[in-house]
Amino acid sequence: MSVELDVFVGNTTIMDKEVYQLWLNGYTVNDAVKVRIEGGVMEECEASAEVLLSDTMDQYRTFQMCERLLHHPAKLANQLLFQIPPDRQAMLIERYYAFDDSFVREVLGKKLSKGTKKDLDDVSIKTGIMLKSCRRQFDNFKRVFKVVEELKGPLVENIRQHFLLPDPLARDYAAIVFFANNRFETGKKKLQYLTFQDFAFCAGQLINNWTVGAVDNMMEDMDVDLDKEFLQDLKDLKILITDKDLLDQHKSLVCTALRGKTNVFNEMEANFKNLSRGLVNIAAKLINAKDVRDFFIDLVEKFIEPCRSDKLTSIDVNLYLTHYTNSAHILDTFKHHTVWTRYMGVIKSCILRMYHD
Amino acid sequence: MPGKLKAKIVAGRHLPVMDRASDLTDAFVEVKFGNTTFKTDVYPKSLNPQWNSEWFKFEVDDEDLQDEPLQITVLDHDTYSANDAIGKVYIDIDPLLCSEAATVISGWLPIYDTIHGIRGEINVLVKVDLFNDLNRFRQSSCGVKFFCTTSIPRCYRAIMVHGFVEELVVNEDPEYQWIDRIRTPRASNEARQRLIFLMSGELQRKIGLKVLEMGGNAVVGYLQCFDLEGESGLVVRAIGTACTLEKISTFPATATHPSNSSPSKDMKDSPQAAPSTLGCRSTHSSPVHSASSRLSQGFSVSVPTLLFAGMGSGGSAGKDAGPLKALLKQQTQSALEQREYPFFTLTVFPPGFLLHVGGVVSARSVKLLDRIHNPDEPETRDAWWEEIRQEIKSHAKSLGCHAVVGYSESTSICEEVCILSASGTAAILSSRFMQDGPLDTELRFEEVVSPGCGFCHIPYDELNIPFPAQLTYCYCCRRYKVPDVLFTTIDLPTEASVTGKGCLIQARLCRTKKKAQGEVNATAISNLLPFLEYELHTQLMNKLKLRGMNALFGLRIQISVGETMLLGLASATGVYLTALPSPGGIQIVGKTPSDITYEQHISNMQKKINDTITKNKELYEINPPEVVEEIIGSPIPEPRQRSRLFRSHSESSDDVSEIDLSHGKKDAFVLEIDDTDAVEDIHALLTDSPTPAGFYSCNTEIMPGIQNWTSAIQMFTSVRVFRLNANLTNQGLNKIFSDLCENLLKSLYFKLRSMVPCCLCHLNFTVAIPEDELIQVAVTAVALSFDKEQTLENGKQSGEKTPIKAITENDEQLQFNLELNAETSSSSISPKGLSEVGSHPSARAPSVDYSSFADRCSSWIEQLKLKAHTIRRGSVKTTSSMEKASPLPEGRSRSLRSNRSYSGSSVAVVKMTPLSFIPGAKIIKYLGIINMFFIRETSSLREEGGVSGFLHTFIAEVFAMVRAHVAALGGNAVVSYSMKECVFMENPNKNQAQCLINVSGDAVIFVRESELELTSVQPQSATTQTSNGGEGT
Repeated sequence: MSVELDVFVGNTTIMDKEVYQLWLNGYTVNDAVKVRIEGGVMEECEASAEVLLSDTMDQYRTFQMCERLLHHPAKLANQLLFQIPPDRQAMLIERYYAFDDSFVREVLGKKLSKGTKKDLDDVSIKTGIMLKSCRRQFDNFKRVFKVVEELKGPLVENIRQHFLLPDPLARDYAAIVFFANNRFETGKKKLQYLTFQDFAFCAGQLINNWTVGAVDNMMEDMDVDLDKEFLQDLKDLKILITDKDLLDQHKSLVCTALRGKTNVFNEMEANFKNLSRGLVNIAAKLINAKDVRDFFIDLVEKFIEPCRSDKLTSIDVNLYLTHYTNSAHILDTFKHHTVWTRYMGVIKSCILRMYHD
Repeated sequence: MPGKLKAKIVAGRHLPVMDRASDLTDAFVEVKFGNTTFKTDVYPKSLNPQWNSEWFKFEVDDEDLQDEPLQITVLDHDTYSANDAIGKVYIDIDPLLCSEAATVISGWLPIYDTIHGIRGEINVLVKVDLFNDLNRFRQSSCGVKFFCTTSIPRCYRAIMVHGFVEELVVNEDPEYQWIDRIRTPRASNEARQRLIFLMSGELQRKIGLKVLEMGGNAVVGYLQCFDLEGESGLVVRAIGTACTLEKISTFPATATHPSNSSPSKDMKDSPQAAPSTLGCRSTHSSPVHSASSRLSQGFSVSVPTLLFAGMGSGGSAGKDAGPLKALLKQQTQSALEQREYPFFTLTVFPPGFLLHVGGVVSARSVKLLDRIHNPDEPETRDAWWEEIRQEIKSHAKSLGCHAVVGYSESTSICEEVCILSASGTAAILSSRFMQDGPLDTELRFEEVVSPGCGFCHIPYDELNIPFPAQLTYCYCCRRYKVPDVLFTTIDLPTEASVTGKGCLIQARLCRTKKKAQGEVNATAISNLLPFLEYELHTQLMNKLKLRGMNALFGLRIQISVGETMLLGLASATGVYLTALPSPGGIQIVGKTPSDITYEQHISNMQKKINDTITKNKELYEINPPEVVEEIIGSPIPEPRQRSRLFRSHSESSDDVSEIDLSHGKKDAFVLEIDDTDAVEDIHALLTDSPTPAGFYSCNTEIMPGIQNWTSAIQMFTSVRVFRLNANLTNQGLNKIFSDLCENLLKSLYFKLRSMVPCCLCHLNFTVAIPEDELIQVAVTAVALSFDKEQTLENGKQSGEKTPIKAITENDEQLQFNLELNAETSSSSISPKGLSEVGSHPSARAPSVDYSSFADRCSSWIEQLKLKAHTIRRGSVKTTSSMEKASPLPEGRSRSLRSNRSYSGSSVAVVKMTPLSFIPGAKIIKYLGIINMFFIRETSSLREEGGVSGFLHTFIAEVFAMVRAHVAALGGNAVVSYSMKECVFMENPNKNQAQCLINVSGDAVIFVRESELELTSVQPQSATTQTSNGGEGT
């Protein structure tokens, strides 16, 4: 004796948010039923486990049928099969494209390829997120990447329009796409302390300031790639460390400005040349794709770690970077002011964001 | 050449990839009507082709227009091999043939394939230019309106109710033709779909002809069914109630001259001039007359509840030839007289129409399909139904009634055995709507005492009751006698006074039978039937008493036959009618009173039952006024405790009259415990779990006691198939079947918990035995939310009056003006509509209640257009040239709108409901009947998610197609929706499954009452303009 077939179809498609979340999280039907029973929905609604199982299976089936549409959210609005109120549609899309920060941290900057997908079971074990959910999140990244890759215009806007995502989520996806495209290294041990939101912030800075789309309002090119011309120009900044006079002059200007304003003045003074060399070297090397990947690790190794070992607070760092940036403009022989501003603006905000425990 | 059908293929979208190499499709479209086919150009390499074709024109007879669907096939062009079909769209153009319905079909329709399901959508435009043909001998019946709704449609008024119309057509089932062995499943399914479309069209046309013959202009309560008989054929049959309806509009002057110039009008206006009509009417109205005279003689008479006629003529198939011939002879002698049945498929009546209700009448008959002499001809089946209807008629007579209302027919087929069933409610009707003089009706109307209880008064002779019953004086007026319980198949009359709330009551029964063949089988079944019905009746009665109620409405008994069992499911809505006596309790009597433990057991059970009754009374708020009892006490002799009145069908009539006098309120229903059935009954009684808090349920249109519905509605269909173990006892089977239904209900309550407080209305259960050891239960219903807070305050006044309002004349002027106003001031309304969306009371049930701006906007646009169109139609009519002037620009704007919706926002929302109305909204136009039949088959069942996945998708697809077609007609809702057939077959071993679904309903345009209020200031000029147009014809 068994129920052979059991379906429920509403003219307006009924979807339970809680069950949807369980489905997204990769729970099997039976596990989902257990979670629901523990959640106390049974007592609330005078239902039995049987009813709960039937409902869960039904909902899961509905979600599976909808999944195809969720892959192209724009289709959800003009498909005829399911009558779903607009606010529900938005909820479905938003939750489907939501991801776990701990998961994204694992794949951030990695190539969104089959190889990476194969390693997802390790990621699943490491993060405690179910494999099914990992796969969905990974496929979402990949899908967004593929669609946006070939589109012109602002990255965030493209994502928002094509996937109907709310603004913050679209920004996060922009960051993920940007990282995947430029293959930034984020997995090294030294970078482990950084959260996804740290990286997303940095990505936003880079997208807004270092890509072609950032300067060119024509939006002819994409936001995904860094501005090659700018990277080329960065090489000119090398003069700040290669020219001995300029380096000394810069140091004295910074030190004058800083004196008496901080407790760690001595350390700053002692380390000036070291730090300056670090930052300018990063700039000069960015023309090589390989060095772009190491951008964050370089920032940490060449600047953040030395500062940290000198026990600088983030206020100190801010102070230092402000004067470091501004003083360069006063140098008479230094001519690359625009490039310098564009470079240091991003570096400063990235470092400040990354400067925590 | 009375009609020109025009079709234009605009575009496609979401097409499937047909060419794997390019991931694209080279699509083109074939448009076929009758034997004429047109093709569009191939639109290469696109999944969203823009054909933008010319207008394809078909010049056809209106007979074909009614019979044939427009068939649109989307194909993928292939240079080297045969073109691949992507899918088809069948468009029923019937709604375009009636001037008062839709004028254009335009929109995105799903492209459907019987193997792959929906594969993209196609945007089409279809119009019809109809030239009026006044040929009396014509075969078409264009212009007759069809409604599934079993009441007078909301924006019409009944001038006359003519009566019963029925028709039946037979054809060979393509699935059983020899060619089916060599053709693909797809070809076979498509042949079947097309055939049924054709047959439904033909059927509707023939019924229309009968309606015109009777002088009517519409069919209300149109019920069409399919019988898949297998080898012997495919039967499509329909019944309905012919009426003359009048649109509630402008001035009373124009009202008597309906603006459509169909021949029916002429006939109606001068019945004397048309002898055929006169004859027809006189035969029809005669029973009415005789009955009404009897009524005035003194009707304070007789009896009870339910007349069961479990009639089995099993094995009679062989002898059929004799009576059949006789019948045919009779038929030819006086065709009209034979055909006339005083039956009405209506379940809700105009005020003053329904005078008295006798009780339920039903008849069943078992037939053998392999004994039909001439399977391709309808005669045999006609004779079968004739037989049954005659029986129903005579049952009604024995209840002293001249009419049967809430009438319906059904079949159940298993192999070669077929059970035909018919049931209805015997009643006495007022002649008000059955003859011409409206003045006469005023008089008659006054004769009727207090409408709140009049219908309960017994119509039959007190001394001549064919079965036992207890009569008392009416608890409302105390002048006439009423029965102790009342069973009916109709909806609760709006004017009825009810105490408390109602609830769904079901009796479920399963009986095993031996596997047998032919006549032996038929005999076995017909022997079982009376027992089945009797037990269902007992169960219903017990459950009714247990809930402390005294009347059942919407009773529907379904008996389904399988190879090794019979299933019976009776559903009804129980209520406490204030006019009827309070039901006694249920008393349990033991067989061996000496045994102490046994007594203990019985008294425990008795206590349980008593507790349940008390609890139920509280739950359903049944507290009848106590005062009544004292007053009524005096004319009735001292109440006497009667020990056993249960199951006394054989008691003589002398006995009965004695009982009548001796009846008292305290009389209890007695259950004898030694009876195994009784044990079972008690068990069933006590296992029925109550509905969870906040839920109510009924199978009628409205729930007594609840009025203030919110606009949140959720229609749904749920299907379950249960596999049984072999070798189950009757009891075991009963329990399983009962649990199946109970669990299904529980699941529904759980699913819809977000709508609480809410009521599941029109809960319609259908049971089937698709295979040995399989039970299938399908439910379609609608959940309506209501406001709890207001229930107590204004509930009665507002709610009870709204249904009647639509018919009263004072309201007409206002209503029409409002409607018009939509046209004149729509531009200023839209923004209001938008701002309103935000403030709409959607907080209660956000999951269901939503009405997007786009939806509203488009509905206004539709309205405008329709309005404009009717005006044009009204003034143009015979000259089609003027009609032609307009279609293009309009078509353009339509398609523009559609394009917009494609690129931009969402699809227009279409509400679906099995009810005839939408709470909080006014239906302003009926666009035509929706009657669709689909087959879906798969040979990759596992891949499609197993049987559940397969059926889930299919039902969702059917909904989608219904919605799309309604939207294309310009509508925003389907009312009186029902799924009449859901035949599911599976073969998991072969990874195959097949399902047939038939749905129907009325496409309508509704406007929220809140929106109507917004537009209540109206310019008068528009009104005169339209009325001029109307009078011009």
